[in-house]
Amino acid sequence: MGKPLDLVVLVKQVPDSGADRVLRESDFTVDREASDSVVNEMDEYAIEEALRLKGEHGGTVTLLTMGPEQAVTSIRKALQMGADAAVHVTDMALAGSCAVKTSEVLAAALGTLQWDLVLCGAESTDGQLCVIPAMLAQRLDIAALTGARKLTIADADSTGERVGTIQRQTETGYQTIQASLPAVVSVWDTINEPHYPTFRDIMAAKSKPVSTLSLVDLGIDAAEVGFIGATSVVTSVVPRPPRGAGVVIDAGADAGAKLVEFLASRKLV
Amino acid sequence: MSSDNVATEVLVLAEHTDGTLSKTTAELITAARILGEPAVVLLVRGGRGGRGEASGGSSDAAVDALCAQLGELGVVHVMLAQAPEFGSYLVTPVVQALAQLVRERKPAAVLLTASADGKEVAGRLAVLTGSGLLTDVTELRDDGAATQEIFAGSTIVTSRIITGTPIYAMRPNAITSQPAVPVQPEVRTVEVLLSASARASRILDSVVEPKGNRPELTEASVVVAGGRGVGRAEDFQLLEQLADQLGGAVGASRAATDGGLYPHQFQVGQTGKSVSPQLYIACGISGAIQHRAGMQTAKNIVVINSDSSSPIFDIADFGIVGDLHEVLPQTITALRERAGS
Ligand SMILES: Cc1cc2nc3c(=O)[nH]c(=O)nc-3n(C[C@H](O)[C@H](O)[C@H](O)COP(=O)(O)OP(=O)(O)OC[C@H]3O[C@@H](n4cnc5c(N)ncnc54)[C@H](O)[C@@H]3O)c2cc1C
Ligand SMILES: Nc1ncnc2c1ncn2[C@@H]1O[C@H](COP(=O)(O)O)[C@@H](O)[C@H]1O
Repeated sequence: MGKPLDLVVLVKQVPDSGADRVLRESDFTVDREASDSVVNEMDEYAIEEALRLKGEHGGTVTLLTMGPEQAVTSIRKALQMGADAAVHVTDMALAGSCAVKTSEVLAAALGTLQWDLVLCGAESTDGQLCVIPAMLAQRLDIAALTGARKLTIADADSTGERVGTIQRQTETGYQTIQASLPAVVSVWDTINEPHYPTFRDIMAAKSKPVSTLSLVDLGIDAAEVGFIGATSVVTSVVPRPPRGAGVVIDAGADAGAKLVEFLASRKLV
Repeated sequence: MSSDNVATEVLVLAEHTDGTLSKTTAELITAARILGEPAVVLLVRGGRGGRGEASGGSSDAAVDALCAQLGELGVVHVMLAQAPEFGSYLVTPVVQALAQLVRERKPAAVLLTASADGKEVAGRLAVLTGSGLLTDVTELRDDGAATQEIFAGSTIVTSRIITGTPIYAMRPNAITSQPAVPVQPEVRTVEVLLSASARASRILDSVVEPKGNRPELTEASVVVAGGRGVGRAEDFQLLEQLADQLGGAVGASRAATDGGLYPHQFQVGQTGKSVSPQLYIACGISGAIQHRAGMQTAKNIVVINSDSSSPIFDIADFGIVGDLHEVLPQTITALRERAGS
């Protein structure tokens, strides 16, 4: 085993994507009371990958979340997978933060920690921006290995330099991308299969250290973030208009013919 | 700021491969005209400053072809920059070039495609220029208000950017590109200064995985998609056959790709591809919200499913309750007869 790897995994609490999700009328933020909150699915793959790397290289896995106080339930859940500790950035003033400001806060929090590699999900199921990992790399001025479906970290060479290589999933196939550490890696759900925690893991998670950081701890002005500091404002939220009711028939020997008739009526054949 | 700049100049990042503009670049140009006068930024791998095939870059012919295609789209202003870093390193060379142009030209907005690369460029550019950004924009108004569809497309949000130079990453296929009077573009060569961080993430190779002769899933006007109900990988041949008759592409649900029935690159949905075809035929797909997220903007939706209580029927224009293993062969035969008669 070479030099150990210290890993930080970014974990976001999101409303369950399988349930009905709504934005609050008053301030257009996610109504967390109206839907169950879960760990962003893609982040579980990032945790799994971090644990795999720790098994291979040794080191530590720390989770980092920015979110409201209630997010601690998702942090505890995520810790059950086997990470060592977690850091929770939470502050009333953070409510309503846009991606630009979220990345500033997460970058500042990363500045208080020791790590060789930051792992994230490739996208969050609520925001679906796919921008936080790239923004963090930009702010920290380190390499980004984004959209990975495969990740390898080579042992350090004689100068102590370590190189990461990914297969980056693209619209038409993949690219092989390589960079020196430290780096930010984001992963898709094709990279591994997250394991279910054992009873012992679940019990152990209860006593793992979770420390909190406030904006004051990070030296960030409260007026710079949240609703007042946001770089964009939501002006309206409406549900998608429902599709008109269609025709449903029971299959019979002529179902195929009826389907072709429908296609012809819409000028699709 | 250069003297010839107009207050409403809108920078558009051209997407291209092998001397061909992407279809989405035309959509960006149409969207840019809503806000002002498009100025297309064309970043091409080549020798620094000048042109150069010798350096492994694009040929003069490829650059000329791209400019000609922009002329066809009615684009008057083109800013061309060449450097060996473009296409050799992941997104950062493009970010630095755009940031420089934003500083120099103070455009009214920057438009790019909400592809994987495009979104990363947008995010980094926002950080570098102290600007706000909106990704996956589906509609743009002349006052800069932009709509996005969130929560698996169930909710439509309108927002405005209030900080810096607004950056919009436009969702492919959301805006229909409008034809324009062809022009002879004025191509200005710009010198971009790239720092060492532009060379942080090296692209060692780019592999296009074979997708057969069918059209690109995201661009196809017909998509025949299969889910767990297809049952066996071999039975996807039925869907392929129908897709080929209709000149369409084949898609799959996550249950189908996870179960090894069909390759992952064809997954449609929240964590797969978003499609917006004229016709979507869902076979043996239940219609989970994460699947609908990627296809519910299809103009016509046909459903074949043996369980009439499947939620996919809620969004069907034409639904058949039945076994796809019977309905698909019937449909293939009916289409063949129609073609023959
Ligand atoms: C965070 C997250 C992201 C996700 N992203 C995606 C995504 O991008 N894309 C996606 O598709 N899913 C996604 N999912 C999964 C999604 O929730 C569903 O599990 C999945 O879409 C189900 O696929 P399915 O409809 O093929 O399978 P099932 O739900 O099992 O449905 C199979 C259907 O086939 C029908 N059937 C069975 N036999 C036959 C037959 N012989 N003839 C006709 N019909 C038959 C059944 O009636 C049933 O309706 C995601 C889930 C999560 C949590
Ligand atoms: N508030 C947050 N706290 C921790 N991690 C986050 C947060 N927001 C985004 N991330 C990380 O960034 C990834 C991509 O998110 P996004 O850019 O929002 O699609 C997620 O999968 C998380 O790993």
